[in-house]
Amino acid sequence: MIQTVFQKPDSLASVITHYCPGCTHGVIHRMVGEVLDELGVRDRTVGVSPVGCSVLAYNYFETDFHEASHGRAPAVATGIKRARPDLIVFAYQGDGDLASIGMGEIIHCANRGEKITVIFVNNAIYGMTGGQMAPTTMPNQVATTCPMGRDVEQAGWPIRMAELVSALRTPAYVARASSHSPLHTVQAKAMIRRAFQYQVEGTCFSMVEVLSTCPTNWGLPPNEADRWLEEQMMPYYPLGVFKTPDGRDRAPKPLPADE
Amino acid sequence: MQNDVIIAGFGGQGVMLIGKMLAYAGMNQGKEVSWLPSYGPEMRGGTSNCTVVISDKPVASPVIQSPRALLAMNLPSLDKFEPRVKPGGLILINSSLIKRDAVRTDVRVLKVPANDVANELDNPKGANMVALGAYVGATRAVDVAEMEALIRKTFAAKPKLIDRNIEAFHRGYAIGEAGVK
Amino acid sequence: MAKKLMKGAEAIGEAAIRAGCRLFFGYPITPQNEIPEYLSHRLPQVGGTFVQAESEVAASNMLYGAAGTGERVFTSSSSPGISLMQEAISYMAGSQLPVVIVNIMRAGPGLGGILPAQGDYLQSTKGGGHGDYRLLVLAPNSVQEAADLVIEAFDLADYYRNPVLVVGDGLIGQMMEPVEFKDDYAPVRPLPPKTWASTGHTGGEKPRSIINSLFLDPEVLEKHNQALQAKYAEMEKNEIRYEGYGLDGDYDVLIVAYGTVARVCQTAMEELEADGVRVAMIRPISLYPYPSQAVREAAEKASGVLVVELSAGQMIEDVRLALEGRRPIHFHGRTGGMLATPEEIVDKVRRIVEGRGGKS
Repeated sequence: MIQTVFQKPDSLASVITHYCPGCTHGVIHRMVGEVLDELGVRDRTVGVSPVGCSVLAYNYFETDFHEASHGRAPAVATGIKRARPDLIVFAYQGDGDLASIGMGEIIHCANRGEKITVIFVNNAIYGMTGGQMAPTTMPNQVATTCPMGRDVEQAGWPIRMAELVSALRTPAYVARASSHSPLHTVQAKAMIRRAFQYQVEGTCFSMVEVLSTCPTNWGLPPNEADRWLEEQMMPYYPLGVFKTPDGRDRAPKPLPADE
Repeated sequence: MQNDVIIAGFGGQGVMLIGKMLAYAGMNQGKEVSWLPSYGPEMRGGTSNCTVVISDKPVASPVIQSPRALLAMNLPSLDKFEPRVKPGGLILINSSLIKRDAVRTDVRVLKVPANDVANELDNPKGANMVALGAYVGATRAVDVAEMEALIRKTFAAKPKLIDRNIEAFHRGYAIGEAGVK
Repeated sequence: MAKKLMKGAEAIGEAAIRAGCRLFFGYPITPQNEIPEYLSHRLPQVGGTFVQAESEVAASNMLYGAAGTGERVFTSSSSPGISLMQEAISYMAGSQLPVVIVNIMRAGPGLGGILPAQGDYLQSTKGGGHGDYRLLVLAPNSVQEAADLVIEAFDLADYYRNPVLVVGDGLIGQMMEPVEFKDDYAPVRPLPPKTWASTGHTGGEKPRSIINSLFLDPEVLEKHNQALQAKYAEMEKNEIRYEGYGLDGDYDVLIVAYGTVARVCQTAMEELEADGVRVAMIRPISLYPYPSQAVREAAEKASGVLVVELSAGQMIEDVRLALEGRRPIHFHGRTGGMLATPEEIVDKVRRIVEGRGGKS
């Protein structure tokens, strides 16, 4: 007798994605799909896809979806959730979408404490448009619009979104995980599950930043891309939980006395 | 039959309020009305003003370039709007604060010492009610009973003011009525 | 319900509530702040939701999200804010979402001023955002008509699955006039069920709903565009609205004006008629679809046509298209927040009658 021990989550559609070989969007989609299945919320979930590599995510999930304009997914998700608080609403966004053109939307959505979940995929580059510099591109990392490498004097330092969002006073769940190795995906899945759990309970806004590889635009084979993520990105983008809804405000330390 | 008036004065003289009361009273007695606050270049020059139209048929333009009447509560208002009053129209001058005569000779001019009368009645804030009374007395644009009812409604939260303002309105009404005889 | 003296902005807000709208997303901008202010206290009273967004960009995208659930949604803004909303408006038109947007137009371009204008006519009727789309555009001339059209706009939006834009100027927003709301609101026509709404996919029962305007396959996108165009053709057939003034009599000059400007023209007409000048007016209420045929027919009796706008001449383009050169078209426009006065219009009409009106 054959026993099924591993299968596609019901929340994922039976289609072939357009993602490049070695890209971890598929892994992240799967983790989200598994969580929706496990929480039993697929039939009341509405996703919001961004503009970027995951623009076609609405084809890959077996849930209702809205396709947002570039960067506006948190605003669209706000509209859906405010109209129908009973729905489970998640935005799936990349780094150009969320941390560049959509910076205003994500900050204010988080600050209002919208009870939605944001999955933020950070691969340090613009993928769909062909490898341009992203707000999360690493110092000296080469991209098509910084062919000599990111010059932090000109472009500033990469933006750490999990840290930025977690600085807001409004209660939230904010975490950063990675998707480049099986061990890290176990941690990532636990964070994604917790993020959705908070929404199911109506607790708070939640955002999980997931570090991801882009072998195509990084110009690396997948295995080297995994290594590059670990060596170059992880020291700058530390993994962990930055904020939980029960967390206190981070009060400033008193000024040092005159010396 | 249409009555229209520009009511103008300093901010705080209550000109917007008496404009609205006029429009309300007109509406309550079944007339077509519009109330338009200072808008446009009108806002400049130290006056706050509104235009009220009360008509037997639907109000055409709520913007009145040449009003049939002007109620000027302060000097800048008279300076600004006097030239625009329709020939044969009416100018009510708050003579307590405006120490000049009208320049126009082709209009009827009625001096209303609104602040003095209000002070006499120990109701210094009621100068606008005196002025409103004078306008209604001179034009009969709305019914007195309607206006009284409206004063009761407007000041329902401050019952002490009701009778005093009705009194101020009637003192003004008498001045208006006498002035056009 | 008895008549109530209401500020235009408040009447517009109340109208949305009477139409069953319970969701407002907006951002402050003068001269329409009384609309969000009114709704921020009224919506919670009726179990609704008011969200002050961080920008018009966000507000319009919240509208997009909320409309996708099939609920009635509303926003209001003024010209610069409406410019920021054009992105989402194009998306909502492409995704065929019913929304109602009010633009209390102010003078532009740029930051311009805060005074009344009609300088957004072309933006409203000819696109505004990118792509081949149309909004149903309605222009009230009084507080009562603003309230009535806002209520009906929700029906029209639902019926056509299309954004409806109600344009007024600062006068409509600021002035007070009597308003009467009907006690029992019922849609003016049967509305189709919103089977397209994305409210959760319950397995096999309801097909997956995707609110989307992305069609990467050109053949599919062209079909989508053809469907949109068919819908716009239906609007052109059914939704033309205008009001005629003195069109039954004889006249030498036909005035074409919309919104509050048409009321200023009415006053001018009264003066002209008293002087024996024969003049009539047509007031488009639907700016898209435009009452081209009515304008053309009304112009037949006139020797000249006068277009009056609070702009440098925008609606005049639709009048030209309607008349196809059959009659000389004259123009009187004020910009920057200056209002056209009855005296100016009287003077202009007299000059046209005397043959010195100057052609457009």
